[in-house]
Amino acid sequence: MAEHHQHPITPVRTYVFVWLALLVGTVLTYVFARSDFGWANTPIALVIAVTKALLVLYFFMELRHSTRMTVLTAVAGFFWLILMLSTFMMDYGTRMAVVLPVPGK
Amino acid sequence: MASTPLVDRHEHGYGAPHGHRHPAHQFETMAQQKESSTLGMWLFLVTEIMFFGGLFTAYMVYRHMYPVAFQVASSTLDATLGGTNTAVLICSSLTMALAIRSAQVNQLKRIVPFIVATMVFGMIFLGIKYVEYANKFHENHVPGPSFNLVLEDAQEAQAAAAADPLYQRHAEIFFSLYFIMTGIHATHMIVGLGILAVLIYFARRRKFDAEYYNPLEMTGLYWHFVDIVWIFLFPLLYLLGAHTH
Repeated sequence: MAEHHQHPITPVRTYVFVWLALLVGTVLTYVFARSDFGWANTPIALVIAVTKALLVLYFFMELRHSTRMTVLTAVAGFFWLILMLSTFMMDYGTRMAVVLPVPGK
Repeated sequence: MASTPLVDRHEHGYGAPHGHRHPAHQFETMAQQKESSTLGMWLFLVTEIMFFGGLFTAYMVYRHMYPVAFQVASSTLDATLGGTNTAVLICSSLTMALAIRSAQVNQLKRIVPFIVATMVFGMIFLGIKYVEYANKFHENHVPGPSFNLVLEDAQEAQAAAAADPLYQRHAEIFFSLYFIMTGIHATHMIVGLGILAVLIYFARRRKFDAEYYNPLEMTGLYWHFVDIVWIFLFPLLYLLGAHTH
């Protein structure tokens, strides 16, 4: 029956490993959040979240077996999101109160 | 060429792999049909990235502007319930992937049980969500006329007011984002549950096998995407103030 498939079939073991990794990631997120790392708390949480998302995309959503067109579409979507977030922060992140020197003093 | 009977081409499909299935008339092969479905679903998911992306951007901007209020507001959410819901959705993604895999390896009897398991996890998620919303309602943390944020810890309230005199009004923005983002996410879950129920109906009528399981796989893509949205919602909404308690 294998010749009917357009791509190899992921073994159950792989899915279970990904599931476990996702659960571990969730626990790690929770544990790290309970400690105070100052400014690093948010980046740590986001790195773990991005890793979990990549695991879901690559294995559960089968991007690893998908055509380049499909992968390009997915990448384009997330690339747009990065543009959205970064350009907004370029604006809001650089809005600071500026005290201008008074001429003549 | 002229001697090739028309009925032959209809039955086997010119160049298609041998099997019992035919693609819909506009496709030449089952593989082309599958690729078309996949691409179409991913294009829809890109619009979902834009949809949720806008909300995440709003969250990012307001959190940047009112960090103290957001931290205080976030600490009133139950991170244990949120974390449990994260684990529940991750389990549902596993059972969804296994449902699709069952079709791929022609273990057709397992498709429905795995879909049912996925739906059970989905309903547990919604049940926990309801408990959370009820808690917020009773604590008067729902934005609107009844909104009234009163912190248990008087010192914390003092520190917050010192850092941001309007922290309660700014916390109301957090709760607006909380309800809208988790509410729309929950709506996506409900729609997903409806689609899964329809899949059970079709699976029981033996619509799916190793040659054709596109609706299962496309629903899987949708379901996993909704899981990914929650993977980001959980730390951003629930864990902001977790280190302060």
